Amino acid sequence: MNGTLEPLFFWLISAVIVLSALAVVFMKNIVHSALFLIVTFVGMAGIYALLQADFIAAVQILVYAGAIAILIVFAVMLTRRGDIRASNPFNGYAIIASLACLAFLVVTVSMIFNSGFEIVESVGKSVVEPLAIAMMGDFVISFEVAALLLLEALVGAIILARGVKKEQ
Amino acid sequence: MAEYYLLGVEIATALLGLILLVMGLLVPKTHNKGIANIAIIGFIAIFGVNFLYAGTNASFLNGMYLIDPFSLFFKGLLLIAVFFTCLISKDYILEQGYGQGEYYSLVTFATLGMMIMVSAGDLITFYLGLELNTIAFVILVAFRKNCAKSTEAGIKYVLLSAMSSAVLLYGLSLVYGATKSVLLTEIAKIINQQGIQPLLLIGMIFTLAGFGFKVSAVPFHMWSPDVYEGAPTPITGFMSVASKAAAFAIFVRFFMIALAPVQETWVIVITALTVLTLVLGNLVAIPQTNIKRMLAYSSVGQAGFILLGMVAFSKLGVAAIMFHSLLYVFANMGAFGVATVVGKSIGSDQIKDYQGLWKRSPLMAAVMLICLLSLAGIPPLAGFVSKFYLFTAVIEQGHIWLAFIAIGMSMVSVYYYLIVAKAMYLGQPEEGAEPIKVPGSVQLALALCLIVLVFFGVYPTPFTNLVLDVATAFFPF
Repeated sequence: MNGTLEPLFFWLISAVIVLSALAVVFMKNIVHSALFLIVTFVGMAGIYALLQADFIAAVQILVYAGAIAILIVFAVMLTRRGDIRASNPFNGYAIIASLACLAFLVVTVSMIFNSGFEIVESVGKSVVEPLAIAMMGDFVISFEVAALLLLEALVGAIILARGVKKEQ
Repeated sequence: MAEYYLLGVEIATALLGLILLVMGLLVPKTHNKGIANIAIIGFIAIFGVNFLYAGTNASFLNGMYLIDPFSLFFKGLLLIAVFFTCLISKDYILEQGYGQGEYYSLVTFATLGMMIMVSAGDLITFYLGLELNTIAFVILVAFRKNCAKSTEAGIKYVLLSAMSSAVLLYGLSLVYGATKSVLLTEIAKIINQQGIQPLLLIGMIFTLAGFGFKVSAVPFHMWSPDVYEGAPTPITGFMSVASKAAAFAIFVRFFMIALAPVQETWVIVITALTVLTLVLGNLVAIPQTNIKRMLAYSSVGQAGFILLGMVAFSKLGVAAIMFHSLLYVFANMGAFGVATVVGKSIGSDQIKDYQGLWKRSPLMAAVMLICLLSLAGIPPLAGFVSKFYLFTAVIEQGHIWLAFIAIGMSMVSVYYYLIVAKAMYLGQPEEGAEPIKVPGSVQLALALCLIVLVFFGVYPTPFTNLVLDVATAFFPF
């Protein structure tokens, strides 16, 4: 990546992320919100790519933009009630919630700016290879637990969705 | 080559879970009564395996996973809790008539998740263990079909636990960002070297909120009464003891080891949580009319007592946490065992329906009384000893006012526990009420709870020595 262009891309992608995230909240139609969510996720992938974490960027697009957003749209489709054009309403707490969020933002951001960060100029050439070694090395327990977690979630989904057979 | 033999307990548990799952599919419906027995025998065997590791103090995969006396103690505790859960569940699930194999395999996976939590030496392993047990509990909570309350409880639990997991995860990511390490011991070293960053403090607050949810400390307790009420009663018992103990184990490890350098900061927040939890949990338990909701608030109050051990931040505090968590298993599983049988045969969980229980089932009334008195901390039962250690631990550190609040709230708890005792012993059963038949497996569970609570109340010395040894190995200050 050319060093002079990097800040330009960063601000561009950040603007896309912030605007599309706002659109997720303010769109009246929940399907539109879900589509803007995909834009947000792709923007996040762009940030990861700028940070030279290309594997994470690919996973972000595959899992979030691909699977999760589609899942949301499916869930909306299967559970839809009434008019889809007003399916993402605000409740009565909009003002209080935005004030709370603003206060939270101020506190967190000021804390983050007050913390010293070490800036690493470059991560190694290949990102995938060390990840693979880590997954089968030090992180092998987490890796196996994740496998069991998926099995368990699958079994659970079947149990909950199947309903009770009427045999008697 | 890593020493994989250290993982014996976890591997055996994972295998048991898979075997139970496959058996549920293969064994025909008419012959599946034995699945519960296989689970029970399996857990006894794993408990034996856990004993083989006694005295081991090793770390595995460069500190990612710890097999130390502390984690072995909590694994034993979890195995005892799951053993009682299976005993109590046996007839309950048989009557439901579906999902035997799935039920016991999910219970096993929940146990495995909690074992990984208590043994985790790094944040990622801990988080995955946490999710493994949370997902299993979500499904188990919603296991009663044709029961709107159970489904509602399941939805509430999945939404709220997802939110708390998000908060916890964000906190953990901030801690990682501030220290650039996921290893608990490394985190402490790095904080000592580079000093306390503001980022770390935010991370600490977030993780505290996440842990507060898991141990149901006020003000993060809102989910527990609804979920406890809707869940199948054996699962309520299992959640209230095992999930809480495992969460406390990693809570203690994270705050007392990884965040030990910022102890002066977190102790203020945790003290506030402790006072709130003690006062609110115990006072709100008084007006409850449903036994499961009453026990839910009582377990919130018990979390407050256990938090005292963290405020103390001493060897005795850790020992008292372990002592109390283990006795809490017996007392609560006994109470929920009775609630399971009564709820099933009367079809109601209201305290007023316990009227005259002693005439309908003397054993259950006796066990319920002993368990509740132990929870209240009445001598000579074991609950008195463990509360005594908790109070001593905080007084030793000079927080006498806190001990006063705790003792006061302990008095309050006697009142609401005795409401149940009054209904059971002084009330008259309804006309024509028949004796309640207690299934053999539940009888065994109740008898064991009774014996342990009385025995360790009268003669706690060997057990006290054990927890003090473990605490010394864990927290050598």
